[in-house]
Amino acid sequence: MNLTLDGVTGGYGSKTVVHDVSFSLQPGEVVCLLGANGCGKTTLFKMILRLMRPASGCVRLGGEDIAGWDQRRLACSFGYVPQMHTPPFAFLVRDIVLMARAAHLSPFASPGKADERIANEALEYLGILRLASARYTEISGGERQLVLIARALAQQAQWLILDEPAASLDLANQIKVMRAIAELAKTGLGVLMTTHMPEHAFLHASRVALMSQGRILALDAPAMALTEKTLEKAYGVRVRVVEIDPPSGTRMVVPNLL
Amino acid sequence: MAPVSLLEDEAEEAAEDHQLRHSRGGGTLAILALLLILAALVSLAIGSYTLSLHDWWSVLTAPATSGTAGIVLLQVRLPRLLAGLLVGAGLALAGAAYQGLFNNPMVSPDILGATAGAGFGAALGILFGWNIVAIQGLSFVTGLVAVLLAWSLAAGLCRRGDPVLMLVLVGILIGSLFAALISFTKYVADPYNKLPVITYWLLGSFASIVPKDVELAGIPIVLGCIPLLLLRWRLNVLCLGEEEARTLGLNTRRLRFIVIVCATLITAATVSLCGMVGWIGLVVPHLARMVVGPNHKVLLPAAAIMGGCFLLLMDDVARTAGALEIPVGIITALIGAPFFLFLLMRERRSHV
Repeated sequence: MNLTLDGVTGGYGSKTVVHDVSFSLQPGEVVCLLGANGCGKTTLFKMILRLMRPASGCVRLGGEDIAGWDQRRLACSFGYVPQMHTPPFAFLVRDIVLMARAAHLSPFASPGKADERIANEALEYLGILRLASARYTEISGGERQLVLIARALAQQAQWLILDEPAASLDLANQIKVMRAIAELAKTGLGVLMTTHMPEHAFLHASRVALMSQGRILALDAPAMALTEKTLEKAYGVRVRVVEIDPPSGTRMVVPNLL
Repeated sequence: MAPVSLLEDEAEEAAEDHQLRHSRGGGTLAILALLLILAALVSLAIGSYTLSLHDWWSVLTAPATSGTAGIVLLQVRLPRLLAGLLVGAGLALAGAAYQGLFNNPMVSPDILGATAGAGFGAALGILFGWNIVAIQGLSFVTGLVAVLLAWSLAAGLCRRGDPVLMLVLVGILIGSLFAALISFTKYVADPYNKLPVITYWLLGSFASIVPKDVELAGIPIVLGCIPLLLLRWRLNVLCLGEEEARTLGLNTRRLRFIVIVCATLITAATVSLCGMVGWIGLVVPHLARMVVGPNHKVLLPAAAIMGGCFLLLMDDVARTAGALEIPVGIITALIGAPFFLFLLMRERRSHV
């Protein structure tokens, strides 16, 4: 079952932010979305999650337009990992993860034993079960990011949509979070994530979509999509792409100081 | 990081720990309920007419022939007790639900103008010289109208952006508009017989409660409380904000609408019953959160019980502190404000 964007166009009021974006994702893929601030990544995400309606074009899941789907069905298909945040109330980590079960429960119900097991499994999978009874507002940023991924897992959706999951994390947590995402894709989940780190895309993405001014500039394997030429076009600065570990194809992007 | 090898022990431990926490939530609620019963008994027992044990016995065994004691207990103190319970529980519940809905612990049930609207209706009814039932009816209706105005204005203005922020802003606007209308009503009211009545009403008091009032205002309050209690777990998800709640499968618009309708029913009915009793809807949810945590599954029942208890005790003070009865709205503000300060200081300390 593929996730297909077909000529998705949209924006706010008369301002169009995303122009005619089309691509298709398969389960098991990690697709990284890169682009400068304000290039339309977040707006595109909002249209995929149907927090916003496209002005034209459509998002299809397994060939079916999601425009008419209700919120519950959408939540059972897309697990969304927002950027790290601090809610105003000091919920326990387990309570935060259990909220993923809302789409699976009837309106008057609250999570039961089975839901708690699913939440525990998700926490355990990410190695943070020990945090279950901690306050979400008191754990570190990296842990919070892992909790939000655990919540998306407990949602039991086939697609993970992540908004800069590695932003503002330290080196170890970046590696941890990115590895967890890559592992999840291996279990058959489809992953679409934004990132500002080309290195993460080189390491973990099966494909990269590079966006510029609301359009897809390049859509290909990381090494093909992220070249000195395309990056300069997308970000407006001259950079060098350096291969640092030829056998594994690991690359880095550094400023062009010449 | 590879998926960690299954640590059965850890999982079991966590599950046990969770059960412990759950039962503790239930236990806390039971203790709170006991405290409430105690507060209710105290409220029935104290007052200017002293009841002997013999009086209690005769009221319990033969209420029809118990004389003055029966009238004091069944016609005066019991309706007053029920009114205090309904108003306290209702306002605390509405306040807790609103604080979740608006994502803001500083919100109280009057945020969308329900209190000011209902106050204006009551003031207007008194100005027209209507009877008490008509005054209460008008008060209830204008409370609903104020919130309806806020809701439709916000819906009209908010084509995009944060609907919750827009609601708060429009609510403040509607609230001060109705506050101005109250002032105008007071200004044109006869200063010798009507102005004092309006002023006294707006201060909030249970002094003139009769059994019929409790029945009339009890219906909308209970009707408002039931859906809030049924939907309480979902309110947790709403605390994460509009967009995140939607991605978790919530129909936020519908849920928001239900919560606002219920809280408005409760708030307007309380004002029509006993005038404006402030602070309960703001302070008690904080107190409840300190005791049972932020999970609305336990928080909402806890807030309701504590709200009832709190207002009963405040009303006891109002009845017995002075030679003359003090309006309870003054007491809740006098005690509520420093109490809230105390809570804020404790909260700050515990979150460092």
